[in-house]
Amino acid sequence: MLNRVDDNIFEVPMGHQKGMRVPGRIFISDKLLTQVEPGTIDQVANVATLPGIVKYSMAMPDAHLGYGFPIGGVAAFREDGGVISPGGVGFDINCGVRMLRTDLFAKDAVPMISSLVDDLFHDVPSGVGAKGRLRVSEHELDEVFTRGAAWAVEAGYGVPEDLEHCEENGFMEGGKPDQVSLKARKRGRPQLGTLGSGNHFLEIQRVDRIFDDGLARRFGLSEGQITVMIHCGSRGAGHQICTDHLQVLSRAVRKYGIELPDKQLACAPLGTPEAESYFGAMAAAANYAWANRQIISAWTREVFERHFPGASLDLVYDIAHNVAKVEEHSVDGTMERLVVHRKGATRAFGPGRREIPQAYRDLGQPVIIPGSMGTPSYVLCGGEGAMRLTFGSACHGAGRIMSRTQAKKIYGGSEVKEALMRRGIKVMATHPKMLSEEAPEVYKPSDEVVEVVDQLNIARKVARVVPLGVSKG
Amino acid sequence: MKAIEYLEHTADVKFRARGRSLEEAFENAGLAMLTAMIDPATVRAEETWPLEIEAESLEALLYDWLSEILYLFEVELAAFSIFEVEIEEVEAGWRLSGRIRGERVDPERHFFDTEVKAVTLHQFEIKKEAADGGDEIWTAQVVLDV
Repeated sequence: MLNRVDDNIFEVPMGHQKGMRVPGRIFISDKLLTQVEPGTIDQVANVATLPGIVKYSMAMPDAHLGYGFPIGGVAAFREDGGVISPGGVGFDINCGVRMLRTDLFAKDAVPMISSLVDDLFHDVPSGVGAKGRLRVSEHELDEVFTRGAAWAVEAGYGVPEDLEHCEENGFMEGGKPDQVSLKARKRGRPQLGTLGSGNHFLEIQRVDRIFDDGLARRFGLSEGQITVMIHCGSRGAGHQICTDHLQVLSRAVRKYGIELPDKQLACAPLGTPEAESYFGAMAAAANYAWANRQIISAWTREVFERHFPGASLDLVYDIAHNVAKVEEHSVDGTMERLVVHRKGATRAFGPGRREIPQAYRDLGQPVIIPGSMGTPSYVLCGGEGAMRLTFGSACHGAGRIMSRTQAKKIYGGSEVKEALMRRGIKVMATHPKMLSEEAPEVYKPSDEVVEVVDQLNIARKVARVVPLGVSKG
Repeated sequence: MKAIEYLEHTADVKFRARGRSLEEAFENAGLAMLTAMIDPATVRAEETWPLEIEAESLEALLYDWLSEILYLFEVELAAFSIFEVEIEEVEAGWRLSGRIRGERVDPERHFFDTEVKAVTLHQFEIKKEAADGGDEIWTAQVVLDV
């Protein structure tokens, strides 16, 4: 049973499971809590058993059943005595979202949506096993792994301003290509500049509501404006890196005598060779993902340029929602260096943190919460509540409530496409089959999820955007 | 014996694959994973890919077997419909010699339901149970990240 701590805060008590080192905390409304499966709460408790965990094993309001950590899971570990676990990052390392704002308005863009989506679908490869339009050399791939979006900008995919508006300025320090297997390289090389499939998308949107005029102005957003959102990650490179290191860390668990309630939580004590190797490979995958989103942005700009010569597409922000990072946080009044894992959770730093790009540092970090296909997405701004409650973290999306098998039984892909069409949303996908498991109804309403983080001042609502056209895998 | 059984999981794909031998359970696990992605009836067995794997435990062997199939799928852009393995115990653990048969993906004929990103270790299990009539049944339980 959960204990209520405060409005929108519930505790998973120490007694929930043997071996918990800290309690769990779920940041969620009463209403959303009724949709959380018991297995998700068990996964929060499982994470609480890991060595060196600080304060709480946390879950965001979009929490749902995952493997290892729950989706929406956040946990921080002490550098001394803590661990790093690929179970807290996931296979799609640095799956994330970026938003570009245009200087176009709905009245200009709506007549062109169909053509824009067709071209985006054509120019940005997507779908299962899709290969990219560019071929990088082995040396360039090393650069991608170490310098991410910064490499892409130097190679001509974008402008330096993009990096100034990207989490980590477009790449994470510590990416080690020598910790990336040959297999991961073979999967990663042809896939750079591809969207992938599943819930990943490239979407043309319209800003339909502004909640905070001042913040929206600073983010360059106004009502009726056209924005573009790109949701994807590190593709096969990231999947293979996680697969490879999961096996190394499974052996490390035995070597260092760690007891685990779930084998997917395989981990290694920070500072050990196994932990260092995983961190270097994970950072390399994270950088690959930033380069990937940067290249896709450049192709998106080309498509817009063909339709609207001279149109601008400036990066608002780019966030990672599957990653582990070394950060300083206040723990009971003392600043400590921690390794914060966010698995389906977004960093949401409040004002003043040096990690936030200069343009936004006095405001707080832009937080981008993608909706599911056909539902609104949100832009928020990291707040003081995040620093106090969640190691600077917010939700990452809407959160699934229906399994893919169930969704396929209920929704046909073509019907989903037609229903979206009737609402004025143009969808392109490699095959209608792909659309059934992503029907809007299989997710929680993102409005309710976002309301919780706003109420807790984890992140304040800035703007809501609604889809006009979607390109999917 | 139900050779392949898919179980409910909100975000991912969970299955149990069974066999009257260890080999058969491995073969059915490969088929169960592929079936989550594509209808195997649409895949012709035109080419054969050999696989040799050694691992320190049966669990690690199963994990590697499934991960190798995914790897081949992606780098060869091939879909598979027939899985054959031989497994033997060796000094360092276990050895698998496998052949998977299928063909290169043809976008005109092959439609994917889901992209399997990876094989997770969550609730991952391979075990032998006694069945009626003195038989034994091997069961592999796997959760795929999709």
